[in-house]
Amino acid sequence: MSIELRQVSKQFGDVRAVEDVSFTVQEGELVALLGPSGGGKTTVLRMIAGLETPTGGDLFIRGQRVNDVSVQQRNIGFVFQGYALFKTMTVHENIAFGLKIKKWKRADIAARVQELLKLFGLDGLGSRYPHQLSGGQRQRVAIARALAPKPSVLLLDEPFGAVDAKIRQELREWLVRLHHDLNVTTIFVTHDQEEALEVSNRIVIFSRGRLEQIGTPREVYEKPSNEFVARFIGVLNVLELKVQDGQSRLGELSFPAHGVPEGNTLRIGFRPYAVQISANLGEYRYRGTLKHIFFLGVLLRLELETPSGLTLRARIIKEEFNRLGISEGDEISFQIREYRVLSREGDALTQETSVAQLVSLAEGI
Amino acid sequence: MAGSAASRLTRTTRSQRGTEELPWVRRVLIGIAVAFASLFLVLPLANVFLQAFSKGVAHYFGALADPDTQSAVLLTLTIALIAVPLNVFFGVVAAWLISKFDFTGKALLLTLIDLPFSVSPVVSGLIYIVLFGLQGYFGEWLLDHNLKIIFAIPGITLATMFVTFPFVARELIPIMQAQGSDQEEAALTLGASGWQTFFKVTLPSVKWGLIYGVILCNARAMGEFGAVSVVSGHITGQTDTLPLRVDKLYHEYNQAAAFSVASVLALLALVTLGIKTWLEHRQTADFARAQSDPSAE
Ligand SMILES: Nc1ncnc2c1ncn2[C@@H]1O[C@H](COP(=O)(O)OP(=O)(O)O)[C@@H](O)[C@H]1O
Ligand SMILES: [Mg+2]
Repeated sequence: MSIELRQVSKQFGDVRAVEDVSFTVQEGELVALLGPSGGGKTTVLRMIAGLETPTGGDLFIRGQRVNDVSVQQRNIGFVFQGYALFKTMTVHENIAFGLKIKKWKRADIAARVQELLKLFGLDGLGSRYPHQLSGGQRQRVAIARALAPKPSVLLLDEPFGAVDAKIRQELREWLVRLHHDLNVTTIFVTHDQEEALEVSNRIVIFSRGRLEQIGTPREVYEKPSNEFVARFIGVLNVLELKVQDGQSRLGELSFPAHGVPEGNTLRIGFRPYAVQISANLGEYRYRGTLKHIFFLGVLLRLELETPSGLTLRARIIKEEFNRLGISEGDEISFQIREYRVLSREGDALTQETSVAQLVSLAEGI
Repeated sequence: MAGSAASRLTRTTRSQRGTEELPWVRRVLIGIAVAFASLFLVLPLANVFLQAFSKGVAHYFGALADPDTQSAVLLTLTIALIAVPLNVFFGVVAAWLISKFDFTGKALLLTLIDLPFSVSPVVSGLIYIVLFGLQGYFGEWLLDHNLKIIFAIPGITLATMFVTFPFVARELIPIMQAQGSDQEEAALTLGASGWQTFFKVTLPSVKWGLIYGVILCNARAMGEFGAVSVVSGHITGQTDTLPLRVDKLYHEYNQAAAFSVASVLALLALVTLGIKTWLEHRQTADFARAQSDPSAE
């Protein structure tokens, strides 16, 4: 394996930025560190790079413990959030910097810089200064500079944060291709779940300095290990139900009690895609009104309101929508195909953002 | 809180109204400023040159060729040559520490850097008398070891350094703070040592501020009167710097010669101003270029 964190912690004074985090990244993987802002993602990245020293735990790179190895000796490429290009140097000088430091031969440096300029679509920009480049170009220079000395690991802090939405999409695809071509172990930080799902092989999810889950995009989406992850990745409908007469209820919706005693509450969650809709009012057990329709390209997001005033989010594909022939304001019937129990009253962990105990009961009704 | 916010609000509104509705007030104020500057700055400066040449060109150059004046020029240059590089070194180190690191005593260091600006130059000179003068703390020890600081070049250099210490640091701190440490950290991840990072990344990125600070530091080092006057001892041909020489000639009723020497200092000031203006121009040009990014991909 390429990188391993074993119970790594980092404390800044009283602030516990990272707590007891363990995960491994395999050689050649493209991993996303995902989480809300302030969750400790940058701090983890900086510790791997050697820009911060862990206050607890061990850090390994290619099997070697590197806690005490200086940043210079870790042979890591780091792309800073604001790119941190050397503003008094040209693009060429920026990319050549690490090579000069490592005392490469002049001819080799020139060849390597040319190669990278070409690879990164920066031909002809070698003599420009950073302030003469666009946001996207700056970002590519920053990555080229980090990759020039052939690092064993590439770390990127919010690489797409500073560019506008249209270019961001291109850059994502470009990063995937680049990673595919170079096959260098890559970790990037993002607070955008869509970005993490689209780009990475695996996702490490953080919140408040703790690791919430690590898994493939599919795993974290389909099998979130707790409510935080479920809510953070994608959209989740959450219902808080009261148990009465052996059933848990909220408005007209009712579910099994799942062992929760009479009078207590049960929280369940379900994805928008789990809501099945029909224009035929008799087809499914619940009634609802179609409040809003949002077109998201191939997918549509629907907002339903039940007679008792509950708002639920549903998602269907375009073909299905066309087949149903429904529009805003229509009455429909629906059912919830699968859901998960998030927490039961009486369990120790019922706080919304706590690492809720998972009961993975995806049942059809 | 609310009250002060409200009063701030009225104050801004009033001043805005002042500039918007009463243009004559603005014109009068500008007139006063120009008149003031002419009366107290331009006229005296012109007078320096008029007086210097009052007895003719030959007398002017004669005064400058005087051996005692020559020795004053040499001394002033020597002092500046020692004091300025040392202050550049200390100033850069202090600015670097303050802007790139967090440590206890940082606020104290910042205050100390400003001390020479807030203390009268005479007091600055007296500090060294108290320390190194015959009656001073180290006076006897220095005498025993046959070392002369007060009334000699070391004393003048120390006093000059003290007075000119803030220029470089004060110029660099805001620039370095604004830039943060990102570029330095990038250099570190690329394998650069602390020294390499400093010389290849930090220093070039504060180049203009540094040059500006050096120019101001040098101007003050050559022009300082008060602190130097206290520690120099006024030994003609030995411990008289240019400003002291001017003062001495004037008090010896040798007005024309005094103004001749003064004109050299005045010229130096003008050159400094010129370079300073040019630097600011360059910096603004750099800044303007940095602002007008071509954002087309
Ligand atoms: N140098 C520092 N000194 C003090 N606190 C810090 C420092 N760096 C980060 N923190 C704190 O650590 C926490 C995690 O920060 P960070 O790793 O930047 O989060 P993220 O990148 O996920 O937004 C935050 O609460 C932040 O305020
Ligand atoms: Mg961050």
